[in-house]
Amino acid sequence: MIAAYLVLLIPAIGIVFFALNGHTQNCGRLNTRFNALTLAATVWLALNVLNNGTLLSAGKALIVDSFNVYLIVLTAFIGLTTAIFSGPYMEHEKQRGKLTEKRLKVYYSMYQGFMLAMYLVLVTNNMGVMWVAMEGATLATVLLVSLYRTPEAIEAAWKYFILCGVGIAQALFGTILLYYAAVQIGDADYALSWSVLLDNAGKLNPEILKIAFVFMLIGYGTKIGLVPLHNWLPDAHSEGPTPMSAVLSGLLLNDALYAVVRSKMLVDGATQSNIAGLLMMVFGMLSFLVAALFLHRQKDIKRLFSYSSIEHMGVMTFAFGIGGPLATFAALLHMTAHSLTKSAIFVTVGHAAQLAGTQSMEHIRGLIKTQPKIGWGLLLGTVAIAGFPPFGVFTSEFLVLVATMHSYPWLAPLLLLGIGIAFAGLFRHIQPIVYGEQPEGQLPIEVNLWPVMIHLALVLWLGLAIPDFLANWFSKATLLISGSMPL
Amino acid sequence: MNIEQQDFYTQAILSMAALVGLTSFLMLGQGRLLRLIFVFALQGLLLTLTTALAAYSTNNHHLYISAFLTLVLKVMFIPWMLRRQVLAMNMHRDVEALKNNTALMLTGASLMVFSYYVLHPIVLTSSAIMLNALAVSLSVVLLGMLLMISHRQAVAHVVGFMSIENGLFFAAIVATKGMPMVVELGVAFDVLVAAVLFGIFFFHIRASIDSLDVDRMNRLHEVDQ
Repeated sequence: MIAAYLVLLIPAIGIVFFALNGHTQNCGRLNTRFNALTLAATVWLALNVLNNGTLLSAGKALIVDSFNVYLIVLTAFIGLTTAIFSGPYMEHEKQRGKLTEKRLKVYYSMYQGFMLAMYLVLVTNNMGVMWVAMEGATLATVLLVSLYRTPEAIEAAWKYFILCGVGIAQALFGTILLYYAAVQIGDADYALSWSVLLDNAGKLNPEILKIAFVFMLIGYGTKIGLVPLHNWLPDAHSEGPTPMSAVLSGLLLNDALYAVVRSKMLVDGATQSNIAGLLMMVFGMLSFLVAALFLHRQKDIKRLFSYSSIEHMGVMTFAFGIGGPLATFAALLHMTAHSLTKSAIFVTVGHAAQLAGTQSMEHIRGLIKTQPKIGWGLLLGTVAIAGFPPFGVFTSEFLVLVATMHSYPWLAPLLLLGIGIAFAGLFRHIQPIVYGEQPEGQLPIEVNLWPVMIHLALVLWLGLAIPDFLANWFSKATLLISGSMPL
Repeated sequence: MNIEQQDFYTQAILSMAALVGLTSFLMLGQGRLLRLIFVFALQGLLLTLTTALAAYSTNNHHLYISAFLTLVLKVMFIPWMLRRQVLAMNMHRDVEALKNNTALMLTGASLMVFSYYVLHPIVLTSSAIMLNALAVSLSVVLLGMLLMISHRQAVAHVVGFMSIENGLFFAAIVATKGMPMVVELGVAFDVLVAAVLFGIFFFHIRASIDSLDVDRMNRLHEVDQ
């Protein structure tokens, strides 16, 4: 259990440390070290869980089981690779005069603040604290979205703040209703502890829990970026600094979905039906199709990929909604594959935008000719995210499709259609960017593409052969969520 | 059951619920920013009283802490901060012309009915009193959203945002006699940080568009134009 406290303690120290020293020369490197330390702690935690099963801290405040432990490791891993990328990137932005020392302090301090909020969402056993941490994640990132202080950035941050704040307030109302249902059956001290609630889920009032779930889905769904609550997402992703886009897409959306799935498990126990799942399927499918269509009409490269994030979060929400063991397994795999791929893409996109000096896709051209590394990175990332074999996203989307055919065959054509539309939408924009004629005077820049290569290699590995320990892990998590082992 | 047959605490809570609901409607129709802030502070005061009442009747000491936090945050700090902004921007003489005030009020009233409709299944498990209290809380949340939609000033948006928070807080107090302490402290911390961030944002928005009219922030579009 010490490992779990360490995972929370290291970023907490990081906040204070960078608030004081965030402007110094080698801060990027220090930020990397903080994240590396946290990653080490999470690996230790994962080994603990692997050997001893579910960990519950004293007072039932923290819980680490097979479902959240892999998300914790994933969070730490992407936090680390993004930190590796962010050091030189922010240095470059500072040299271009887009940032001052004071803003760098805010940036590094809030980077750690965001990581802390993410870990807290994942490890807490208390549904109320989960909400507080989720809101904390908004508060930590809102100043990062407006970091460049352009009118667009301020507008995006304001939108993000208001929409997410109002949205997530609904989740608090849902949590209050959940608490209200829970105090009726027992001990008020543990009435928000997820593990206690799950054990007694059968006794909770199904009517109240249904209403509570609707509010939680709306609230956390705003953070997942489910249509029609997605408006903040493309703005926040496109106007903030690129490392922020990578962690928002790779981590925040996942963790919001995690909160919804935890709530769904309680509601399923109480109602003994799949009503929560049906709601998730509707919103998931809607987000998936709408975002796939929106891909075609984007001009800004970061907005393009944020719509792609909405699309993939839609697939995951849909898959968790179907609810069987196969669909749940697929959703867990998709969460991992999407996070790794999308953060890799945002890192590459960040370099491409620095190379071309703009985020407008009309003016980014000829990447392969100017700097093959960036060009190929972007191309491979796009191929992976569009769901091409042999990458991991293909495997998970294929499994989702199989599960859909199994339970709701009439939805399978819609799913295929959406995947096709999204593929076309991505490639019509990316093809000229990568292969087109390079503009005159475009020079290569100094890049560090190690994070991208590692991420893509991992996604490739997931697609070719899921390693045994990971498959076991996903199976255990599937067992926990859906009640039975995948095929 | 008639209201006269209820004990004193329940009667008091019901009156408080009615008053809190009323303040929400008052805010909705208010075009002057300073008065809007005043009514918001009044709503915070009602919340403080409700919390203190709940603390007294259940003899639950941690609720006194929540009552104190509410008093400091929602009655003093946030209204003071907003008032200072309004005076600094010299906006206290402006009256925002609300488009179609009658329709706005009717929409508000229908939202209240809607809240009762949504939460009606709760009657099956508990008293009609609880339904009243929860439905009023939900309508305060929804009216807060309507306030944000109908007003254009960023200050009014913040008031709407915080009044949504008030509605949630009211629900937690009347339905469950307050959430666990750690959650309440966490929520209060989030509200405090949000209030400070809003202050920072006013500064940035003013620097960027030279006004606090959020309708003028319209550079970002969902698709290309």
